[in-house]
Amino acid sequence: MEKKENRTVTAANIKEQYKKFIGRKIFFIFFFIALIVGITGVSTSLGSADISVWDAYSSILRKPFPNLFESELIFHWDDVPGSDSERLKRYLIDKYDIGWVESAEIIKSGDGKITIKGVGENKVEITRDCRDKEKANVKISGDIDPGHRVNDFKVKEVNGELCIHESTWLADVCVWNLRLPRIFLGIIAGVGLGIAGAVMQAILRNPLASPYTLGISSGAGFGASLAILAGAGIISGKYLIIGNAFVFALLVSFTILGLSSRKGATPETMILAGIAMMYLFGAMTTILQYFGEAEAVKEAVFWMVGDLNRASWPVVIIILGTLACCVPLLMMRSWDFNVMGAGDETAKSLGVNVKRTRIITMVVSTLLVATIVSFTGTIGFIGLVAPHITRLAIGGDNRYVLPVSGLLGAVILISADLVARRIIAPVILPVGAVTAFMGAPLFLYLIMRRRREYW
Amino acid sequence: MKLKVKNIEFGYNSTLVLENVSMELDRSEIVGIVGPNGAGKSTLIRCIDRILTPGGGSILLDGTDISKMTRMEIAKEMGYVPQTTTRVFPATVFDTVLMGRRPHLGWKSSEEDVDKVIEVLELLGIMEFAMRDFNEISGGQQQKVLIARALAQEADILLLDEPTSNLDIRHQLEVMDIMKGIVQNKGISAIVAIHDLNLASRYTDRLLMLNGGRIFAAGAPESVLTVENIRRAYGVEARVLSDGERPYIIPIRPIGSSGN
Repeated sequence: MEKKENRTVTAANIKEQYKKFIGRKIFFIFFFIALIVGITGVSTSLGSADISVWDAYSSILRKPFPNLFESELIFHWDDVPGSDSERLKRYLIDKYDIGWVESAEIIKSGDGKITIKGVGENKVEITRDCRDKEKANVKISGDIDPGHRVNDFKVKEVNGELCIHESTWLADVCVWNLRLPRIFLGIIAGVGLGIAGAVMQAILRNPLASPYTLGISSGAGFGASLAILAGAGIISGKYLIIGNAFVFALLVSFTILGLSSRKGATPETMILAGIAMMYLFGAMTTILQYFGEAEAVKEAVFWMVGDLNRASWPVVIIILGTLACCVPLLMMRSWDFNVMGAGDETAKSLGVNVKRTRIITMVVSTLLVATIVSFTGTIGFIGLVAPHITRLAIGGDNRYVLPVSGLLGAVILISADLVARRIIAPVILPVGAVTAFMGAPLFLYLIMRRRREYW
Repeated sequence: MKLKVKNIEFGYNSTLVLENVSMELDRSEIVGIVGPNGAGKSTLIRCIDRILTPGGGSILLDGTDISKMTRMEIAKEMGYVPQTTTRVFPATVFDTVLMGRRPHLGWKSSEEDVDKVIEVLELLGIMEFAMRDFNEISGGQQQKVLIARALAQEADILLLDEPTSNLDIRHQLEVMDIMKGIVQNKGISAIVAIHDLNLASRYTDRLLMLNGGRIFAAGAPESVLTVENIRRAYGVEARVLSDGERPYIIPIRPIGSSGN
């Protein structure tokens, strides 16, 4: 407890303190955004193909800003042989460790081929690709590390001049097709789960509320198991598992809402109904698994642990769309969440329609979680822990808790994914398990060292 | 602002808690509601603020039935001060009082709202706690914060539900003085449910004594707080003294079973 050394507190004083108080919250928002950007870069650079962090960032940024983040210019086609000859030779020596280029002769034949001829078999042939205008093939023969015999350069036409750049397709493919969808899915899933958790805890006034405890995850788990084990579902084809998980997740929470709104939609009935549904659907999943084939059971269990392996751009766009619809609806109500934290009676007396707010909010956050969970499987813990860590850091004002909790959720999820991918690479651990592995000790530490009474 | 309560009824699962209760509240007036436990004091206050929806009767604010007003409109006219509540999640005193601005603000709190909160905190002398956590401060301070929140709401009518029940005698007097001062200086009015008959006698203009959900007696404190009324409503033998203006009650002993 801080000592009040100054008993005469002035209005200006309080105003100043309040500004600092808000400033601290805003700082956390920017801090977490920076952290997400940082982890994205690091995470993109790691993997089986070797890409430096810098290459990863420039590969990400090259798509929106193609000119600003171009790779290194090696030479101008028309200036070789000529003023750029030395430049090309230097590049080849540094890059491929072929010293014999130094004294080699450069010959240009026709329009599409440059040959650098050294002694004996040693030679470098740069040929413009006949099908791909933006590519030049580089063939090195003779005295060279066998791994570097075949390479390529990138060809770009700027103001009628042909510029030859370092090739970036490997990094681009790696980053944009393999790693970024996964990381983006991690970010948006983390944001969604973090915000949904914060909202659920706020309107139910319960520190244990999370998408897990409200049965949404077990509903999704049952739906997916049904699809995997029995092959039965509401939608058929490729989206069977996803569709089933989504429909059952909604089914569970609408049942909870329906039951509890008959009893005035109090937090207690909602939580108890949620826990009952969690057990019910958990039991049904167990029975399904009991009669299932071993391989299918394994698949169902894998699905339920939750991971980001199913990431692709369409998935990212679907979830991003849901996020864009749901999050503003929730943020708009942050004041109501604050007021509801003081109790339903107080909230009513301050003009909040408590029952309606609670039901609408539950519907919106359920949609959000169901969409995420049906693509990723049940990634637990983030929805529970991100809001708590946020409140420990910046206090309970939901106007700031919501965004910070979302950002923190993203940080936790993508850093857990980074660990999950790399710790025993090439095996990728399920991120759903790693979040809890990393998050639980951090959370316990924060609880033990908190200074004030917290809930 | 004038409040008229006409023949209010309220029941939990067919047990009537309030029956045929009517009252009026004028500008700059403090009306106290007294009565034994379970008489319906808190229920009446909650019905007036429409936290509970009465089963029958009507409540008129300057002639408008509040059942035809939105919650937000009601919140701009009436502020409710609950008994001390604990929050599950932390909130600073400042943020708690800022919540009183809810009926007046959008997503962002403006400079004006912040100024209003500071003004109210200053008025109640709780400025030094502004950045402390609500759950950390004492009961008396919490009660002042809750009153501050209702004041920040800029309502014309304050509804206080047993504001002194958890407080030591100094804080009891402070809280009641604050309430009286606000009513006199700001021209607002208040309805106070209160257990302490002596505080009720001293601080209210008129009293309503409830028993078993009905009005048992109503009027000026000296006409309501009589030996006979206290014996019949509370089942307590008491002496009633007077300092010339207001009655003072000295409870002596409970008698038999409480009167029906």
